[in-house]
Amino acid sequence: MSILESPRSPASAGFRQVVPAGEPFVHQLTAGQCFRILDLEGNQAVDTLFYSAADPDERYSAVDTIRAQGNIYLTAGSRLLSNKGNALLTIVADTCGRHDTLGGACSAESNTVRYALEKRHMHSCRDSFLLALAGLDNGMGKRDLSSNINFFMNVPVTPEGQLTFEDGISAAGRYVEMRAETDVLVLISNCPQLNNPCNAYNPTPVEVLVWDTENG
Amino acid sequence: MDILWSELIPGGAHFSGVVRRGTTLRVTAQEAGANASIVLYNYEQLTERYNMADTLKGQHTAFITRHHVLYSDMGRALCSVTDDTCGWHDPVCGVSNAALVEEKYGTASYQEHRNDYYRNGADSLVNELEKYGMGLRDLDPPLNLFSKVTVDDTGNMRFHENHAAAGARIALRFEMHCLVAISTCQHPLDPARTYAPRAVLLECLPTPLPAADDPARTLCPENARAFVNTERMFPSLAGGVEHAA
Repeated sequence: MSILESPRSPASAGFRQVVPAGEPFVHQLTAGQCFRILDLEGNQAVDTLFYSAADPDERYSAVDTIRAQGNIYLTAGSRLLSNKGNALLTIVADTCGRHDTLGGACSAESNTVRYALEKRHMHSCRDSFLLALAGLDNGMGKRDLSSNINFFMNVPVTPEGQLTFEDGISAAGRYVEMRAETDVLVLISNCPQLNNPCNAYNPTPVEVLVWDTENG
Repeated sequence: MDILWSELIPGGAHFSGVVRRGTTLRVTAQEAGANASIVLYNYEQLTERYNMADTLKGQHTAFITRHHVLYSDMGRALCSVTDDTCGWHDPVCGVSNAALVEEKYGTASYQEHRNDYYRNGADSLVNELEKYGMGLRDLDPPLNLFSKVTVDDTGNMRFHENHAAAGARIALRFEMHCLVAISTCQHPLDPARTYAPRAVLLECLPTPLPAADDPARTLCPENARAFVNTERMFPSLAGGVEHAA
């Protein structure tokens, strides 16, 4: 697990926005921009998908990304590959240490399976994703929701093949930062999950910051 | 048991077809080192599909074997593993693409090699999906039958060569009517430097609906709830099973 701090100062960011817990966030990055997600209060799950802005059929691929780097966790140096094998972004700084991309996003339906049938009616990442895509009015929808990144989440896999959800390794003030390698559409659901001890049952806000260049 | 149909899928080939609730698809490796990448869709609503993440987190596993259930993104049991002689099927590595195949094996075109030309997993599955009005955007992470990839304590991945012996088989009992697409291209982490995809045999058999004490249903409470979600789609076919939903 590697920690790499960013040389960029929040004061020089050209864009800053707090995303409350349970809200989606959509933003288009241009190639070369740097994009930070800041865990304001600690151990918040930030469910994130990336698409090529020029062609949304080309999107972040969890399995291509982990296979190409030979490791299932994302951290500084990870190239976030598309389903066509192209780098959409590269993680250039990370003060959390590693991030999950196998655990997926919560949904009303998966809540019925994971927790109880009557949990269907709780707010979920899938609902945030779907409404955000509907709002884009560009033809994107459920078919575009594939395996996402869960920034700040700790989902270890054991050598025996067990997938476990462990207490978070993030904390207030930790962040992850990526450089866009092409023009990228960012889709975030700041996770509203109330049934999971990963976030201490307490979803909290995060902040998104964008710098126009790597030099800030 | 009567075999409803069977088909030999040559190495490097691709296939799609409908497998109905109440039938089992048995897949048998014809040679050691086979790989068959499979994706599944609800045939009645193709936007509902096998979801790797929901399947893994619901059962707290990073591999698939006997009594595991493949979940859809809508919280339903698509199919259950009722038999498995090789113990590990890989859900996390995806499939090869054209660039990877060229880098590992070079090129072999149709013009020179006719039907022995080199295929890749991504294009093969897209080829099948296009037949049903779907395409690349509908291709989610597949399950790589007969392939094993483990991780160490730091997350580094390791491919186990020739994990499946010749004759290794897995039986998938279908709980819903599904469209399945299969590619028999080599696993993307197969370190072999020669293009040598292996054949698998598909056999479809009639199967009773799962009982209340079915071992896939009772593997974990999550599976029991996924079966409830599925059986709500087939209320008259629920086999008399009582649900405390």
